[in-house]
Amino acid sequence: MHRALTLTRRRIVSSIPVLLIVIIGTFLLLEAAPGDAVDAYLLSLGGGDAGLVAELRQSYGLDQSLVKRLILYVGALLRFDLGWSVAFDRPVLDLIAERLPNTLWLMGAATALAFSLGSLLGIVAGARPGSLTDRALSIGSLALYAVPSFWLGLVLVLVFAVALRWFPTAGIETIASGKTGLARVADIAWHLVLPVSALGFIYLALFLRMMRTGMAEAWRQDFVLFARARGLARRRIVLRHVARNALLPLVTMLGLQAAAMLGGSVVVESVFAIPGFGRLAHEAVSGRDAPLLTGIIIVSAVLVIVVNLLVDIAYAALDPRVGSGEASS
Amino acid sequence: MSAPLAEIRGLSVSYGRDDARSFALQDVDLDIAKGRRLAVIGESGSGKSTLALALAGLLPPQARIEGAIGWPGLAHPPVAGRDIGMVFQDPGGSLNPVLTIGEQVAEGAVRHLGLDWRAAQSHALALLERVRIPDPQAALGAYPHQFSGGQRQRIAIAAAIAAKPGLLIADEPTSALDMVVQAEIVALLDDLVREAGMTLVFITHDIALASGFADDIAVFQRARLVEKGPAQAVLTKPTHAYTKHLLAAQIDFSTPRLIDGAADA
Repeated sequence: MHRALTLTRRRIVSSIPVLLIVIIGTFLLLEAAPGDAVDAYLLSLGGGDAGLVAELRQSYGLDQSLVKRLILYVGALLRFDLGWSVAFDRPVLDLIAERLPNTLWLMGAATALAFSLGSLLGIVAGARPGSLTDRALSIGSLALYAVPSFWLGLVLVLVFAVALRWFPTAGIETIASGKTGLARVADIAWHLVLPVSALGFIYLALFLRMMRTGMAEAWRQDFVLFARARGLARRRIVLRHVARNALLPLVTMLGLQAAAMLGGSVVVESVFAIPGFGRLAHEAVSGRDAPLLTGIIIVSAVLVIVVNLLVDIAYAALDPRVGSGEASS
Repeated sequence: MSAPLAEIRGLSVSYGRDDARSFALQDVDLDIAKGRRLAVIGESGSGKSTLALALAGLLPPQARIEGAIGWPGLAHPPVAGRDIGMVFQDPGGSLNPVLTIGEQVAEGAVRHLGLDWRAAQSHALALLERVRIPDPQAALGAYPHQFSGGQRQRIAIAAAIAAKPGLLIADEPTSALDMVVQAEIVALLDDLVREAGMTLVFITHDIALASGFADDIAVFQRARLVEKGPAQAVLTKPTHAYTKHLLAAQIDFSTPRLIDGAADA
């Protein structure tokens, strides 16, 4: 437990400059792009006179200097104030709090599906590298990985929602159903089956292939020969000696994939019309909503940092060699 | 002398297709006497490690095996782990880095002695004591990277003999270790074999190391067995040119024996 604590403390401290760079970088990047929220707003109005433009800029604080606005923004962030969304005319924090859970459910379930089923099938394939089962699974997973997620999503909708009518075509829950408690959870889960499958099955292939490769490598290790020389049961060699070691890079992969999935969810959320975080980002960009977009990027960065911290802790728990140097000090 | 533990007759091990076969072992006849210590000597690629793998039935599936290994000393065909224990060269690589020492020493006993995990853990504790690991109770829950090379090799030896095999094959068990640790490991193997009445096959390229404690010596060169016999005879009156060459290559045959030095320490 001591190792995990040390690790957590170190990671939290080192993530502060990362966050600061993300904030300043985002701020400058949006500043460098031509046009601002007032331009986008006027476009939606169909134009306006110079007086209105100046008035709007002043009310949003856009007439201030860059440095001043940056300082104001960071100061507000420290009070957990992410600002005011121009496009939605609501606090950014409220919008994110409303949309983020949908995406977290989608991503979490898809990651769980991809990781568990992927590593399980990877163990099956890697138990006998080069066997018929191995080759079938490897080719199958490669085919799956080559499929774009929006296409898989559309096919799933056509087959299971339109033709078979087993699942809803879109949305996160039945609109105005008035369901509460467990009934609502079940309703959301039912709505999530297809999008989770679309997102999860593609990443499943990645975990499967990684597990399989890791196991093929582990089979060549000396300790596997030593385990065989001691006449251990095949099942034990496969699971405890080979798969157990091949699992380590998979956990690292899990952290990297979390970030990629955040991006991938934009597509799947669009296909399934899920009001999620990814769609919110898309809407923020098209509305030239700088406060919202900055907020989204910062929350994403925090999310990725947290996921990677969890992954590091899991890795330390799985690999006794990690952080053993500091443990004694 | 009783019936041999193992009789190797016309054993050849080769790899590759018919037109381009390469022999790892060629036409080997050798008896392994029960309760004695046989040193198998040869340089890299002489086939001595292949012999170890063949005895334990661990040759890769693509190996082509001719000839036979009979086990008149056993009532049944040998089972790796239960009848034959093996120790390998690299003590760092022999142990799984992510499993505890306790689990790795105990798992052989669970498999072959029918112990449950709790009983196997106390069996492992006794084994770690026997191979002289300091603080064996703490070692049960520790991981391989927390031990030195010599200690890891002791742990590997404990794991190898966990199911009380009658034959212990040590394939260059000291080559990756420094001189002092080398002597300690050899002394430990010598003790264990003596105590338990085990048969030892000690594979090495170091004829001086082998001469210290072997009863019998078999010399391999380029996949063939070139000389075999009681240690005394082979060392003092070698018949094959290669054995003579090996003996001549030793710096000084009168250097103090390694084991004696270690026993005092």
